[in-house]
Amino acid sequence: MRKNALSDEILMAVEKPARYLGNEYNAYHKDFDEYPVKAVFCFPDVYEIGTANLGMQIIYEQFNENPEAMCDRVYSPWFDLDKVLREKKIPLFAVETQRPVRDFDLLLITLSYEMCYTNVLQILDLSQIPLLSKDRTEEDPIIFGGGACAYNPEPIADFFDVFYIGESETQYDQVIEVIKKAKKQGLTRLQTLEALADIEGLYIPAFYEAFYKEDGTIGSFLPVNPHAKEKVKKQAADMRKDLPYPHRPLVPYERGMMDRASLEVMRGCIRGCRFCQAGMIYRPQRNRDLDFLKQAAKDMLEATGYEEINLGSLSSSDYSELKDLLDFLVPYCEERKINIGIPSLRIDAFSLDVMSRIQDIKKTSLTFAPEAGSQRLRDIINKGLTEEEILEGARQAFSGGWNKVKLYFMLGQPMETDDDVSAIPVLADKIARVYYETVPKEMRQGKCQIQASTSFFVPKPMTPFQWAAMQSSDEFIRKAKLVKEGILSQLNRKSLIYHYHDDHQTELEGLLARGDRRVGKTILRAYEKGCIYDAWNEHLKYELWLQAMEETGVTFDFYNYREREEDEIFPWDFIDIGVTKGFMLKEWRKAKQGLTTPNCREHCSGCGAACYPGGVCYENKD
Amino acid sequence: MKIRIKFQKQGNLKFIGHLDVMRTFQKLNRRAGIDIRYSGGFSPHQQMSFATPLGLGLTSSGEYVDFDMNSVPDKKTFLQMLNDVNVEEMRLLDACLLPDDAKNAMSLLAAADYTLTFREGHKIEEGFYEAFEAFLSKDSIPAVKKTKTGFREVDLKQQIRRAERRPEGLFLQLDTGSVSNCKPEFVMETFYETWGKDYDPFMFMINRDELYGEEEGKLKKLIEYGSDF
Repeated sequence: MRKNALSDEILMAVEKPARYLGNEYNAYHKDFDEYPVKAVFCFPDVYEIGTANLGMQIIYEQFNENPEAMCDRVYSPWFDLDKVLREKKIPLFAVETQRPVRDFDLLLITLSYEMCYTNVLQILDLSQIPLLSKDRTEEDPIIFGGGACAYNPEPIADFFDVFYIGESETQYDQVIEVIKKAKKQGLTRLQTLEALADIEGLYIPAFYEAFYKEDGTIGSFLPVNPHAKEKVKKQAADMRKDLPYPHRPLVPYERGMMDRASLEVMRGCIRGCRFCQAGMIYRPQRNRDLDFLKQAAKDMLEATGYEEINLGSLSSSDYSELKDLLDFLVPYCEERKINIGIPSLRIDAFSLDVMSRIQDIKKTSLTFAPEAGSQRLRDIINKGLTEEEILEGARQAFSGGWNKVKLYFMLGQPMETDDDVSAIPVLADKIARVYYETVPKEMRQGKCQIQASTSFFVPKPMTPFQWAAMQSSDEFIRKAKLVKEGILSQLNRKSLIYHYHDDHQTELEGLLARGDRRVGKTILRAYEKGCIYDAWNEHLKYELWLQAMEETGVTFDFYNYREREEDEIFPWDFIDIGVTKGFMLKEWRKAKQGLTTPNCREHCSGCGAACYPGGVCYENKD
Repeated sequence: MKIRIKFQKQGNLKFIGHLDVMRTFQKLNRRAGIDIRYSGGFSPHQQMSFATPLGLGLTSSGEYVDFDMNSVPDKKTFLQMLNDVNVEEMRLLDACLLPDDAKNAMSLLAAADYTLTFREGHKIEEGFYEAFEAFLSKDSIPAVKKTKTGFREVDLKQQIRRAERRPEGLFLQLDTGSVSNCKPEFVMETFYETWGKDYDPFMFMINRDELYGEEEGKLKKLIEYGSDF
């Protein structure tokens, strides 16, 4: 039996030792010495969150299915183990082989949200790998970053050797090939990075240099190595092909975030909400094949014994074959007492019918995401959802037996006025009125419950709102109070509940989302001061972050509060996501005029994503 | 129909708590496709009942769980169905078919066997076995046990059924169950206190070897309460 990296004394002393054992059912456990390319995949947050991530599961599958590679895993050690590793100078280890992370050839870190950046530094630090790419030697693994945050990799460019821009399915086999050859031929680290730079979609930050104008904005951003391309092209998988998928997902012993199988029915979204980064970077919308999904669902459930399967996507109602998929899944799962979860459904007669078949109405609530309270603002953000649709959906839901509704809004969107903010409680109240009008007194199970939540809007790179100014913390709190007061003055205030998200976390997220290379020093300083697990509200050390900003000369004024000029060069402009900057600019102008843009199925707006094969751009054109 | 299963909990599974073991069995049973009975109601769950939880950090080669089944194949097939989709550390060792009126494992439970071995890096202290023998030869061994509600005085002498020095280490047979319950860690802690030495909870690796019920003053292994199938 392999020996644990930690003694029993340590494992018994830390919370949830199963996080560090790598002995889950369905773990690959490929032999370290047997394969030429040794990779370790990292989710820089705690185990329970990391194991739930589908992207990680796909890459883990992809690497381990490759006959030349083995892939192990590592997650952020929790505070208790972090302390022990530092005190005893135990190098951070991969969970399956229990070998030090620094022994591997590749460390692949997935970046799902900006607030994990200090955890990336924690991983490197505990692995005893130099934090800065420039300080690494031939002995160190090559550090890859990927995932949603790689679409603006600049704030963390100093910490990574390579970024993979886009979806993992297309290029990692080629990466494995290059690393295998490089090791065989004894290439230097630099030569290996140059060979990697030749692969489309890979970005090597050290091969580029940024020059800044006097006003602090970017003057130019240019390659300084002959292997570096001027534009790095996002990778989008052709979903019609037989792609790697975790047909036998890991089964953690502990109850995780996702104690269920996840079935990704499609990628991308046809909707084009102007604030939504996922909606742009994952274009074009691409369906998975129905037979593939049926098989994957069966395989996953049989191989895990999970009692729940979750249909995942940005907007599952837009999956073209949803009805056929459910006609298969519902009876299959009913027979086996398996629950089906479908978040992100648009509320209409079809989805209500589906939900009443798969869920216990009494327990579940319906979710609407109007994002803005007024129609005016919903048009500005291009949220194709009208008040009539919301109220009609609610009416049908109430008639169907539901009495709980969740509403998601964002505060601080561009062009938002106090009237738009005040429209949020009014809309919530209208929904409550629909309940009392629709459901006769004798049929009611007490009051209805309308829960409104607001988050604060963060302008994200690669969206039409990338030019927008972000609002200050004070302004957010003022608006949240406005909503709160509004809620209290409604007729049905006793049926309404209101929550809002933390403003400090949001401000920092804004900084990290649209930051440039100079923000890297701030992140490093914050980490040195003791910031980790910033994504965990209770562990965020905001004051330390402010100090780090001050000491490194980085301000919210420049990165958050400033509306960008139309011709400003953004740190992420060298990345080509298919969707053009011209299209996004057109959308930004239309937003200012309050004009909407139809979704991809109604009308093609020529965003540029049609350069990728398959998907909605070619529907009805084959 | 009721089936009793004997299984092991070895290696790194000693770090997995009882609730997680229960959840692991639920998934194992689904993977194996055995015909276990489900409760009715909105969230049906598998009808399973464990003899007794094993303390975190202990291994075992004699854990028990009772299943309520709609139907079962023969024993060999049944065990293979489960072990084929199981982890080695939790392998099923044996099973038996219980009579319809059988009491469940939890209520039968009377005693358990444990083997304590010195952990790597921990040496047997000089005079350990002699001192332990002297400890056991007393007429009574009063000890104060911490309970959920406070403290309770017990006589360990009444709870230790057997204790032997064996080639592999120290063997203990202790009262276990709802009437009288004694844990091996508590015995050692009390012993070290009496001996006047510091007790290091990591000195021993503890394995539970077997669980018993009691019939007419004689111990009977839980697996012996049923028949082959």
